[in-house]
Amino acid sequence: MELLWTLFISFIQVGLFSVGGGYAAIPLIQEQVVHTHKLLTMAEFTDLITIAEMTPGPISINSATFVGQRVYGTLGAVLCTIGVILPAFIICLTLAYFYYKYKNFSGVQTVLGALRPAVVALIASAGMSILVLALFNTDFNNVVLSEFRWIEFILFIGGFIALRKYKLNAVTVILGTGVVGTLLQLVINTI
Amino acid sequence: MKENKLWKLFISTFTLSAFTFGGGFVIVSLYKKKFVEELNWLEEDEMLDISAIAQSSPGPIPVNASVILGYRIHGILGSVVAILGTIIPPFVIISFISIFYEEFKSNQVIAIALQVMRAGVAAVILDVVVNLGKNVIKTKNIIYMAVMVVAFIATYFFNFGAMYIIFFCLGIGLISVFLNYRKEKANGTSMDSIH
Repeated sequence: MELLWTLFISFIQVGLFSVGGGYAAIPLIQEQVVHTHKLLTMAEFTDLITIAEMTPGPISINSATFVGQRVYGTLGAVLCTIGVILPAFIICLTLAYFYYKYKNFSGVQTVLGALRPAVVALIASAGMSILVLALFNTDFNNVVLSEFRWIEFILFIGGFIALRKYKLNAVTVILGTGVVGTLLQLVINTI
Repeated sequence: MKENKLWKLFISTFTLSAFTFGGGFVIVSLYKKKFVEELNWLEEDEMLDISAIAQSSPGPIPVNASVILGYRIHGILGSVVAILGTIIPPFVIISFISIFYEEFKSNQVIAIALQVMRAGVAAVILDVVVNLGKNVIKTKNIIYMAVMVVAFIATYFFNFGAMYIIFFCLGIGLISVFLNYRKEKANGTSMDSIH
């Protein structure tokens, strides 16, 4: 019982202090889980980050589920996950309330007007990182041109055309590239 | 009708969350595609505002964004439904993997699938960026266009944190509110009459 409470409180803290999303949460989780409460070893923690990178979903949700499962089974996983989203839920609900109440004020519109192009840039930057990772299997600073991956390039162009010209939805395109790409790669690997 | 909308909200957040690899802005662009372009539930500007709020609040960005858009679509119940849709896929997947981790790590087909799907995710984001970028250019506002270009260079090439970019632009926004206010005061017009 006490262990469950510790899990819950630890992940409330992770949820509350991980501003900036994704990687910002990793050091917080490490501190709570490895150093303060010794729920996982450092090796297990590294595994956790690897899994979190390889699977869909936000890192903090993935970690909460993984730690909870390892330490206390499904009940632990549920409590950790609730803990990590509880602060976000309360804070964002409050912000949503104020946003919809005041968004039509001209001053608020001016401020938001300056934020929107920045958000477009942030999305573009995230997309660029993923594109470079897909095409070169590394980040921008470590790109080696000879490592260019043709299969991913063709999938990328094909996916882009499917989206713009044929208006396919996003999930179809992602799954489609997954199926086509895996088959192509497996065929190439065998010849 | 209303239950139908909640169900659709759940299914949409669920499927997007199940196939989203990479950081918070990846899912934000998928939300944009789904809720703005496909379902017409949100305005494009609204989605960008939601992204900015989600980014600057504590907690995982996809969860933050789903709280706000769920609230917009169906109040607090909408928020809860959107959160469940967002967290159930990773919850189930991770629970499963935590049991079969060794097998998962060494499976060749899974590794290939995860690698090639990045190309699809990149295509989706580029598609969204083209649509959003066009609209910023359509405003014909030089400052906005400059903000977009500079923010992209700063984040992508110089690894500036998204938080700094958002706060910096918040500053630009507040300064322009202040300048507008002074101009209007000098002209003797009220704050809302110019828009």
